[in-house]
Amino acid sequence: MTTIDKTATVPVSRGGDHEGPLLEVRDLHVEFHTRDGVAKAVNGVNYSVSAGETLAVLGESGSGKSVTAQAIMGILDMPPGRIPRGEIFFRGQDMLKMSNEERRKIRGRRIAMIFQDALSSLNPVLTVGYQLGEMFRVHQGLSKKAARAKAVELMDKVKIPAASARVDDYPHQFSGGMRQRIMIAMALALEPDLIIADEPTTALDVTVQAQVMDLLAELQREYNMGLILITHDLGVVADVADKIAVMYAGRIVEQAPVHELYKRPAHPYTRGLLDSIPRLDQKGQELYAIKGLPPNLLNVPTGCAFNPRCPKAEDICRTEIPALVPVTERDGGELPGRRSACHFWKETIHG
Amino acid sequence: MPDATKTAAAIEDAIAPPSAAEPVKPAKDEARSLWGDAWRDLRRNPYFLVSSVMIFFLLLISLFPGLFTSASPTVGDLQHHFLGKPELGNVGSEGWLGYDGQGRSVYSRLIHGTRASIIVGVCVTLIVTVIGGLLGMIAGYFGGLTDAIVSRITDIFFGVPFLLGGMVVLNAFTDRSVWVVVFALAFLGWTQLTRVMRGAVITIKQADYVHAAKALGAGTTRILFRHILPNAMAPVIVVATIALGGYISAEATLSYLGLGLSAPTISWGVDISGGVTQIRTAQHILLYPSIMLSLTVLAFIMLGEAVRNALDPKLR
Amino acid sequence: MAELRKTGADAVDATPNVTEVETVDAATEAEAVAAIEAPVERGEPILQVRDLVKHFPLTQGILFKKQVGAVKAVDGVSFDLYQGETLGIVGESGCGKSTVAKLLMNLERATAGEVFYKGQDITRLSGRALKAVRRNIQMVFQDPYTSLNPRMTVGDIIGEPFDIHPEVAPKGDRRRKVQELLDVVGLNPEYINRYPHQFSGGQRQRIGIARGLALNPEIIICDEPVSALDVSVQAQVINLMEKLQDEFNLSYVFIAHDLSIVRHISDRVGVMYLGKMAEIGTDAQIYDHPTHPYTQALLSAVPVPDPAAREGRERIILTGDVPSPANPPSGCRFRTRCWKAEEKCATDVPLLAVPARFKGSGSPAEHESACHFAEEKDVVHAA
Repeated sequence: MTTIDKTATVPVSRGGDHEGPLLEVRDLHVEFHTRDGVAKAVNGVNYSVSAGETLAVLGESGSGKSVTAQAIMGILDMPPGRIPRGEIFFRGQDMLKMSNEERRKIRGRRIAMIFQDALSSLNPVLTVGYQLGEMFRVHQGLSKKAARAKAVELMDKVKIPAASARVDDYPHQFSGGMRQRIMIAMALALEPDLIIADEPTTALDVTVQAQVMDLLAELQREYNMGLILITHDLGVVADVADKIAVMYAGRIVEQAPVHELYKRPAHPYTRGLLDSIPRLDQKGQELYAIKGLPPNLLNVPTGCAFNPRCPKAEDICRTEIPALVPVTERDGGELPGRRSACHFWKETIHG
Repeated sequence: MPDATKTAAAIEDAIAPPSAAEPVKPAKDEARSLWGDAWRDLRRNPYFLVSSVMIFFLLLISLFPGLFTSASPTVGDLQHHFLGKPELGNVGSEGWLGYDGQGRSVYSRLIHGTRASIIVGVCVTLIVTVIGGLLGMIAGYFGGLTDAIVSRITDIFFGVPFLLGGMVVLNAFTDRSVWVVVFALAFLGWTQLTRVMRGAVITIKQADYVHAAKALGAGTTRILFRHILPNAMAPVIVVATIALGGYISAEATLSYLGLGLSAPTISWGVDISGGVTQIRTAQHILLYPSIMLSLTVLAFIMLGEAVRNALDPKLR
Repeated sequence: MAELRKTGADAVDATPNVTEVETVDAATEAEAVAAIEAPVERGEPILQVRDLVKHFPLTQGILFKKQVGAVKAVDGVSFDLYQGETLGIVGESGCGKSTVAKLLMNLERATAGEVFYKGQDITRLSGRALKAVRRNIQMVFQDPYTSLNPRMTVGDIIGEPFDIHPEVAPKGDRRRKVQELLDVVGLNPEYINRYPHQFSGGQRQRIGIARGLALNPEIIICDEPVSALDVSVQAQVINLMEKLQDEFNLSYVFIAHDLSIVRHISDRVGVMYLGKMAEIGTDAQIYDHPTHPYTQALLSAVPVPDPAAREGRERIILTGDVPSPANPPSGCRFRTRCWKAEEKCATDVPLLAVPARFKGSGSPAEHESACHFAEEKDVVHAA
């Protein structure tokens, strides 16, 4: 079969000979065909992640942040989903042009994913040790005993107390935080180059959230992995990300290094989001609220999708889609890594 | 892997908020109830269209058999005895499906036999839905001892093999009319609906809107009939529709075994039973009632499946 | 008139700033209803919770059930709600905060303890008196997707309170009232014939709030009212709730896990852990001068959307998970995760009271905290 020849071209060695970013998404479009019409979930997204880097993708429900991740993982339901345009380069190769077999080999082994709901992601009738060991048995052909030993090792790695005693427990016997650790262990099992974490701590309590995020960041450093962190929580992002991409209605509206974004947002949507969260250390007056509702993907507003909710919107915003352009200092000085898709980014960042 | 659910949720996310900011959407979908949405879906489902046309004709035939044939199903003309092979080209004529052993038109008997099947199917379904639904609702809503008692009785009846039980019950009657068969099947059939209803009610009574109604001070009747029943109906309707086909085939089976309907009552089961003896010489006597029976059962199962798909909340 | 009688506060949980309960002994239902309908002055206690307990039995067996244990969801909680204030209750999942909400609404039957509303224990009321209480205490639910009946129109949902309490609005008046309510919560009154699934999460929550307001209640219990909503919509709903509080003179019990939002909306805050109140005080006392180690850990773990402010803050990362409420630790329930725990913590249950060392100090640390070794520590502001 030709598939075997093709797989040989997928770089196997860690680090590989590929230069440039680990993952690069270019002009990705995803749409869903529903009975009410075509929902345009992703409308031209570009981003890249390098080894050892954390990209946070921030957005609300319907922003397309999770759909983008599913397209990268190749777990989009098609139909109703469709990718009419775009490329997803992993180590320089376009994954959208690969055969199913090739993609399957990348999935789990080179790119792993962590989901929000750990309980439904684990099989309830198999022990966690079996599920962790399965990765090694299937992908590396280890014996049952060796796989179990590896499972204990992994559970130690993600700091599950008394790992060797708990390896034969079932998922429901673990707490939410511990289950999310098991999910992380599973994602790590084959030492992937890239981890996509979709709202990994949203279902967890605050005190446990901090533990899990710390663990994830620590492991990422240790393995020098790329990490895409998908979240709606501006607080979680602030802690761990290197750079942030803010999504709205299937587009990236702002991109920036993490400190910069919080200090000087260059898009009215980002600014609105930051202003609308109450602060822990001070009691303010009335909260700033972004007016209106998130857009309906069956019927995205013309021009800038944010225009009906934007305090700065003018006529041009209703007719022309703003491009994601580089943002500069007032004197024209470069701001590396900063981009904004707003016609009035100058006024927003310097105003 | 949770891929499927994840993506389903993502799609839902993606199309969920019909935002008020968009002034478009014309007035016609101003109020879109879940039933209305299901109906919109059904109208475009070919399975629904085919099955509902079939069921429409079946109902029409059983109500007005005279519209379809003028031949008597009971008067045999012995000159056709066994010689009356089907003349399929002559559609709709008295003898186009041939004649049976006593020279009666197979076509005419098919048409006149429909009524028995439809009566059994529809009546049994109505009775079991009412009885099963009521019991299931009471057991599911009140729980505790009530539930324990109802559930154990249901289990006992559920344990009785449907056909075997039907044979035993019918054996107790010497004069077996359609209504006796209806009684026998309903007597054994209510358990399925009880279980479905009970399950649905237990899920729904934990919904926040039920708590909200209680918090407003709503009484048991209001909660049951305004909040729980309308939401529990969907799975019950689906199961009942599919079960309807099953009751029709159960009637035929019992009649075939000689325990259900029997001549002079006209029914497909009776004809199948009569046709078996002549399977070597005159296959058509057996063939056409069997096809009719299968198509009818198929129609109701298809309808049930179509309704199930339309009501599936995962798609909305 | 009902006889007014004073009883001394039973010192099971020595909580000094919980005021004495003036109970009402209503001999007849009519007297009970009259007492419920009496107005309460601003700043007076309107709802007084005393030693509230809810244990869910764990049973085995199908027909003959045998109790093998109990989940101690709420295990002795006392607090007051004053007229016109917002009392925030925070805690992690499993701390019992949602069960408290259900108990206050009488949706669950309390295992022990009392909930006094205007001097009458609502856990013992029934019939007309309970119905009168229901009119005055309403609830807003967490999940806007399950809290509205999908088979009813918005008009029917918001109008249902009037069907149940016909005395509030005459029949011909109801449609207008429903439209008014839609307007009050910021929805287009023309949406009256639409169904819930035609709305987004934030709009549905507004519908839920409109239903809660319909009977013109005095108290609204909010159980995580914004946690299911998008960030940009959360602020809208919070602002709406604050506006309605002023407009209709409401008292809120605001239950949430998001500490920032609770601080924003609350006048006083109670912190719950494993079915017990760990610390309670004004928002400044709790957030700027916490004395219970759990509160400190909770506050320090909150991710702050400001990396600059973040760096100067101390973070306390707790080890382990919340123990099971079916088998809570002896003594202080927090001791298994507490860095200060000593032997005393395993044997003596700390009472919710102003710690001796702060008593009479007049400092903001002088508020109730259930810790043997209470100590002030600012974890919110950068060092």
